[in-house]
Amino acid sequence: MSYQVNEKGYYGEFGGAYIPEMMRPNIEELRTNYMRIINSYNFRQDYISLLKNYVGRPSPLYYAKRMSEHYQSHIYLKREDCNHTGSHKINNTIGQILLAKELGKTRIIAETGAGQHGLATATVCALMGMKCIVYMGAIDVERQAPNVKKMRMLGAEVVPVESGSKTLKDATNGAMRDWINNPVDTFYIIGSTMGPHPYPDMVARFQSVISEEIRWQLDEQAGREKPTRVVACVGGGSNAAGAFYHFIDDEDVELIGVEAAGKGVDTHETAATITKGTVGVLHSFRSYVLQDEDGQINEAYSISAGLDYPGIGPMHANLHKTDRAKYIWATDEEVLKAVMLLTQKEGIIPALESAHALAGLEKISLKPEDITVVNISGRGDKDMETYLNYLGY
Amino acid sequence: MKYLPSLSLTLRGRFRGGFTSKIMNNRINKLFQEKKEGILSVYFTAGYPELNDTRTIIEELVKNGVDLIEIGMPFSDPVADGPVIQQSSLVALQNGMSVKKLFEQLHNIRQSVDIPLILMGYLNPVIQYGVEAFCQKCNEIGIDGLIIPDLPPSVYEEDYKAIFEASNLHNIFLITPQTDDERLREIDEKSTGFIYMVSSNATTGAKTSVNQFQKEYFGRIRSKNLKNPRLIGFGISNAETFAEACQFASGAIIGSAFVKCLEGDGKLVQKISGFIHSIATKS
Repeated sequence: MSYQVNEKGYYGEFGGAYIPEMMRPNIEELRTNYMRIINSYNFRQDYISLLKNYVGRPSPLYYAKRMSEHYQSHIYLKREDCNHTGSHKINNTIGQILLAKELGKTRIIAETGAGQHGLATATVCALMGMKCIVYMGAIDVERQAPNVKKMRMLGAEVVPVESGSKTLKDATNGAMRDWINNPVDTFYIIGSTMGPHPYPDMVARFQSVISEEIRWQLDEQAGREKPTRVVACVGGGSNAAGAFYHFIDDEDVELIGVEAAGKGVDTHETAATITKGTVGVLHSFRSYVLQDEDGQINEAYSISAGLDYPGIGPMHANLHKTDRAKYIWATDEEVLKAVMLLTQKEGIIPALESAHALAGLEKISLKPEDITVVNISGRGDKDMETYLNYLGY
Repeated sequence: MKYLPSLSLTLRGRFRGGFTSKIMNNRINKLFQEKKEGILSVYFTAGYPELNDTRTIIEELVKNGVDLIEIGMPFSDPVADGPVIQQSSLVALQNGMSVKKLFEQLHNIRQSVDIPLILMGYLNPVIQYGVEAFCQKCNEIGIDGLIIPDLPPSVYEEDYKAIFEASNLHNIFLITPQTDDERLREIDEKSTGFIYMVSSNATTGAKTSVNQFQKEYFGRIRSKNLKNPRLIGFGISNAETFAEACQFASGAIIGSAFVKCLEGDGKLVQKISGFIHSIATKS
């Protein structure tokens, strides 16, 4: 069975391109060109060189000795938090901005939740000298203030979106409307494995460098390319897509995604889409969606702004449906405990998003001989206020 | 010779039931047969300003001589809409509007209303209601067509067309200034009823004038001799823009400007007649 996208843009029954006609010329241009461009010699040269010399790749694969002792098993951390701009998001924005340049676009738009994708987009726009507009839910503008300031410093215009739930979902609506209003000169850099085909596939390819590196790094350190399992947090699903990508066809490697349960999956304040959602169409793709019986989209909730999204990328929906990957969840409370554990055991302060993957370790039975790779998708600088409040400092 | 290239398309369309529409005695076809110019179509969001205004709005529009009505089904995430319809959708949902509720409100509407009625909305609420059940209900009520911007023609053809046609429903496709000739021919071929011409590169929202770029686009499309009639929508707001759009198509659609006129104090009935008269005087 293939877990990759088919020629019509579907992963099993999920995905597709449910786009209004106004978006079609741009999506068609991208769909018919993206594989040619990203496989071209020039693109590969530029992409690989920037990942190495600008982003600082490869990111370390680190054997977490004290965490391993704590769990009585072998825990490796894939350190995407060490990347320039502090998360895995830059792997994708570097790829997409090179593509946008090749397509002759001059104006870049993006949506952002935690601000990590917005920051990574503003950064590559500064790097390439392109105009950058970032849509961000008004609530997120407030709770992720340091990233907003950084984006503005980098020259990006940050537009607070006041409609709907004022979070990532609405930021995405804002960016889509901008693209409809500016169909000629603008490129939309989507931050996760979501949106209409070919975005989910394209973003997964740009993030696949994560699992490509895990394979040779693990081989170097543990003498085997394949771990027992890979664990990653899932909102839209891009860091998990990247961490899973080169293991998907190795069915002996367990893939585990950890969703944000917010205040609990039995409450309405949750973002656990696979656990609580039903199949629907949002933001131009078919997947699991948090919605009511009339098909209106529910507002998602999580302490983590980056996972606060009522949908999930179609690749993950299909991995779930086919039982290839397993999706579990962690609550806000469990996540904060996981932040403290990693901070004090290894001296690494993770982002709230990434701490969901760490909290997932509590719910997996880890055997002593197992090798578990946890993707630390980002660092915790942006979440310091939340952490200090939690600790009562 | 002139007809040769399209002949093959026509034949193929016939065999697939695409070109010769299976839709019979539909009020949309009748309207376009009887009226060739100056068709006024009005959009409103069901459930706005108050939950139970739906019938009053429809009946007043009919009374004031509107030719076609598009009833908007509010959605939480209307990506193709500008601020006015976003806001009316939000209020309508807060008022408790739903697809189920709308069907209840439209029960027996055909006892008092003869003009074509179209439902316009996003795909997800239709999917959750159940596509077949939704279409059957439309047929039962006497709905003539659907406009679902996020249902692209290719998906429609494959998964929805047979269901829509079985319920005698036209599916109305959109074209935009960016639609190239090849796509235009494809949409003209797949369309039944009429083609919805989006007037500019924009989400919905009122504009006060038609610019040169739009005129060139309107003129370009008019010169293509499409088999389907066209209505121009998005940005049509007053007598001037309506009259101008009517020079290039069978008529035009007014949405945001009408929805906006419904807000604030005053009697609904008077707002509606005042607005429609302000449009129709110059046409």
